[in-house]
Amino acid sequence: MAKRIGMEVSIAAAEAVALADVDVIAAYPITPQTHIVEHLSELVANGHLDAEFIPVESEHSAMSCCVGSAAAGARTFTSTSSQGYALMSEICYIAAGLRLPIVMLTANRALSAPISIWNDHADMMMSRDTGWIQTVAENGQEVIDLVFHAFRVAEDQRVLLPVIVNLDGFILSHMIEPMILLDKEEVDRYLPPYRPKLRLDPKEPITMGPVGMPEVYTESKVAHDEALKASRAVITEAWKEFGDLFGRYYHPVETYKTEDAETILITMGSISETAMTAVDAMRADGRSVGLARIRLWRPFPTEELIAAVKGARTLAVMDRALTLNGVCGPVCAELKSALYDRDLHPYLQNYIVGLGGRDVTVQNFMEMSDGVVEAAERGAPMGYEIINVRE
Amino acid sequence: MPKETGICSWKELELGTAIRQPGSAGELKTGDWRSMYPVTDFEACIKCGRCYIYCPDMVYVRNEQGYYEQNYYYCKGCGICAHECPVDAIKMVQEGD
Repeated sequence: MAKRIGMEVSIAAAEAVALADVDVIAAYPITPQTHIVEHLSELVANGHLDAEFIPVESEHSAMSCCVGSAAAGARTFTSTSSQGYALMSEICYIAAGLRLPIVMLTANRALSAPISIWNDHADMMMSRDTGWIQTVAENGQEVIDLVFHAFRVAEDQRVLLPVIVNLDGFILSHMIEPMILLDKEEVDRYLPPYRPKLRLDPKEPITMGPVGMPEVYTESKVAHDEALKASRAVITEAWKEFGDLFGRYYHPVETYKTEDAETILITMGSISETAMTAVDAMRADGRSVGLARIRLWRPFPTEELIAAVKGARTLAVMDRALTLNGVCGPVCAELKSALYDRDLHPYLQNYIVGLGGRDVTVQNFMEMSDGVVEAAERGAPMGYEIINVRE
Repeated sequence: MPKETGICSWKELELGTAIRQPGSAGELKTGDWRSMYPVTDFEACIKCGRCYIYCPDMVYVRNEQGYYEQNYYYCKGCGICAHECPVDAIKMVQEGD
């Protein structure tokens, strides 16, 4: 039976990876991901987990080892943050292009300069176009549940793509929370053994990663794009089955009090929980506010998000990352494009929040919610605004 | 998939654009982009084999008499063979002439 535990989320995440019976972990420690791989290293060293732990010399090597391991047919895991992601990013494109079902936990952290070990989504946005599936957790329970889901989806023969599970650095990674951890028998029921479709085998030689001449490169990318599109159905199916088995249901976009809401806040990650508290307070005060939280970042849940927000008159879109001098932040850009395609024109403002570990408070959400309504009445131009800036 | 070019629909590509047939690169026609091609004067040739050794594309094949003949399926017309030939037995000829 699943048991209720009180544990640091990083440690619980490592326990979840171990319960998934991972074969190979190749990782380099970086704050705030460190406790995840440290604990996995301990589990292997102490004989509690029968796996190879490869303590590599860099994140570039970590992902390279993961590519080799997954190509050989092993269930493979790694984890990183920020600068570490930046260093491994070259190989991340290759892992996805080769269709290797590696699972990675990214403890989201800001990118330098200036040096910051604290949370924002710059690394998540850097990995946006690598062609990995990406899910986003709001709390510790979701982190461990999404780990099982990640392996299940990645290795599905209809998918065969790597998956990143994003968790906010420190805010989630270092928090001690009550969580329900599945037991081995439950995990085995949900997650079948990995059966690779193609693998490196001297008896049946294949070439992985050949040159793609101009005659084939575009077709190769189309195949990857179509695979990501096809993964949508498997992602939701695997969440449905998880819910049916264990009682916790997940969706590409989660809504909170959006029915009849005139203003809807759109968030991604751990700030969503603070935003829910703000929505409750504003509802109690008679304000018509709801919240749509993005759980699935890639493939982007366009239809689900449109369905969630289309009844609202004003939208306040939060981005925990800055697209310097673009039209708006990355989440808002997706939403704006999707709305344009459907000829929907709600008034919206994009708020850049929580950069480099700055708190986003209940009060902030109330100000943004009121602010977007006020800006709509004023007819202010729709751009982006970085909140809480000292002039 | 036509073996000479590798051109095909995205639906026919192997998972991750993998190649499952070992040595299949030998079927790719690389001899269709040259502007000049090498011709050997076998009267002058001394069978030293330098053209065979220097050719980057395995164009030269030794025949029963010990001469090296070109397989133009692969020849890209780089001219290295003509440059290296110690007796100037290989001449580069313009395609289409």
